[in-house]
Amino acid sequence: MPDDLTQDVIAIIAREQRIPVESIRPDATFEELKIDSLDGVNIVFALEERFNLSIPDDVAREMKSIQQVVDAIRHQLDKAHGADADAPESAATGSSAALPEKS
Amino acid sequence: MKKVVVTGLGVLSCAGSGPTAFWSNLAAGKSGLGPVTRVDHAHITTRVAGEIHDFDANQHFGKEIDLMDPFAQMGVYCAREAIADAGLPARFEGGEGLPCPERIGIITGSAMGGVQSEDNGFLQIYAQNASRLHPFSIPRMMANAATSHISMTTGAKGAAFTISTACASATHALGEAWRLIRHGAADMVITGGCDAPLTRGVFRAWEAMRVLAPANGDPATACRPFSADRTGLVLAEGAAMFVFEEEEHARRRGARIYAEVAGYGATADAGHITQPSLDGPYQAMLDAMTTGGIRPEELDYINAHGTATKLNDATEIACIKRLLGEHAGRVSISSTKSMHGHAMGASGAIELAAVMLAMQHNVVPPTANYTTPDPECDLDVTPNQAHPREIRTALSNSFAFGGLNAVLALRKV
Repeated sequence: MPDDLTQDVIAIIAREQRIPVESIRPDATFEELKIDSLDGVNIVFALEERFNLSIPDDVAREMKSIQQVVDAIRHQLDKAHGADADAPESAATGSSAALPEKS
Repeated sequence: MKKVVVTGLGVLSCAGSGPTAFWSNLAAGKSGLGPVTRVDHAHITTRVAGEIHDFDANQHFGKEIDLMDPFAQMGVYCAREAIADAGLPARFEGGEGLPCPERIGIITGSAMGGVQSEDNGFLQIYAQNASRLHPFSIPRMMANAATSHISMTTGAKGAAFTISTACASATHALGEAWRLIRHGAADMVITGGCDAPLTRGVFRAWEAMRVLAPANGDPATACRPFSADRTGLVLAEGAAMFVFEEEEHARRRGARIYAEVAGYGATADAGHITQPSLDGPYQAMLDAMTTGGIRPEELDYINAHGTATKLNDATEIACIKRLLGEHAGRVSISSTKSMHGHAMGASGAIELAAVMLAMQHNVVPPTANYTTPDPECDLDVTPNQAHPREIRTALSNSFAFGGLNAVLALRKV
């Protein structure tokens, strides 16, 4: 059973992508979910709204899987609460990054 | 030079969604204008608008709707309707005997673009001190959004762009589409206009110009073009799109043809930013008639710009008199804005839809809400009652703020 934060993230991504929650596994990559760069910025916006956070561009750029999103959010939440957490793992496996490549 | 014909149309207007409802209301002189419901009355003084209540975009789009302002939703919907109406496939893939995607252009007109998204977003930033704007704000706001989404949804890959010339946007778009096909640069162009400007900010901006009808009484009768008691224009939303097609291309595939787009005139007043001149609109009408090979005695119908402002209507009638001379008395004129309002950059397209249907039915749609003759508008403006008449030729006029004029000439085939 995924933890609460993971479930939250999956629910937000499902809503924004208009796909069923059940279709998103916690270990899914954005590439598998057909999330492109524009979807990515939309998801980052929704996450910022939900968690009342500001996610920096360089962090957003490294979000390419559900796990990376969860790690990044956890890190940002910890940082917001003054904790000295490590940077999220950012093994860049997928080709879809959560920022558009051109404006 | 190639001949250009209209083979499909789609229309969304407060006077009717879809050609059948739109035409039956126009022919009956039934206005679609009504009370403002989109904007809190506390924020504006305008009490009448042309709102569309029977179009639910969610029924017609999937996830892509998130990227579209209402103006683009209406434009794309009408484009799909026009393509279906023309008997064409929903998606252009090319292949033997099928339209070539690289030879299909898209030219849309919009005066205001994604102004609802702009209005909402800036309200959040300026008034509510929001820390961030929605990341789709730019794709929603850009005036070319409808053109881009039409291209994506249909696969059309030819010349594609958007024209913004205020109230003449759609007619310029249609005219340039005509030019593209006429000169052999495209086989087909999906073309028209779309605007959804009913926001608090836009109402206030128009109120400040003091050209909006106040609607004391029944909002449906607020727009009274050519009537001596006219009080101004009524803002509306809407869209209309067409398939313009090279005649031989249309004939080869056995397409039903509404009419030939025979001519086009486009001129600038080089005068005042809001006051219309006589010379500019006159020259645009003359150029449309000349390129269309229509003699003054042959002209049956003019769908007027007819905004119902004091100045526009009197000037337009004076231009028509100069254009047609002794034949001015026999042409039928009407302003269908009396029923569908002024949908800004979509108006010229909605009015071309009215002309196409008028030619098909051989009925001149009326100028509704007409009460009192105006000596300055003393031609046949088809007051209140539709008038049966064989319409072989017609003009469709659009004159924009900024002194930019566009006129189409149509001929029955």
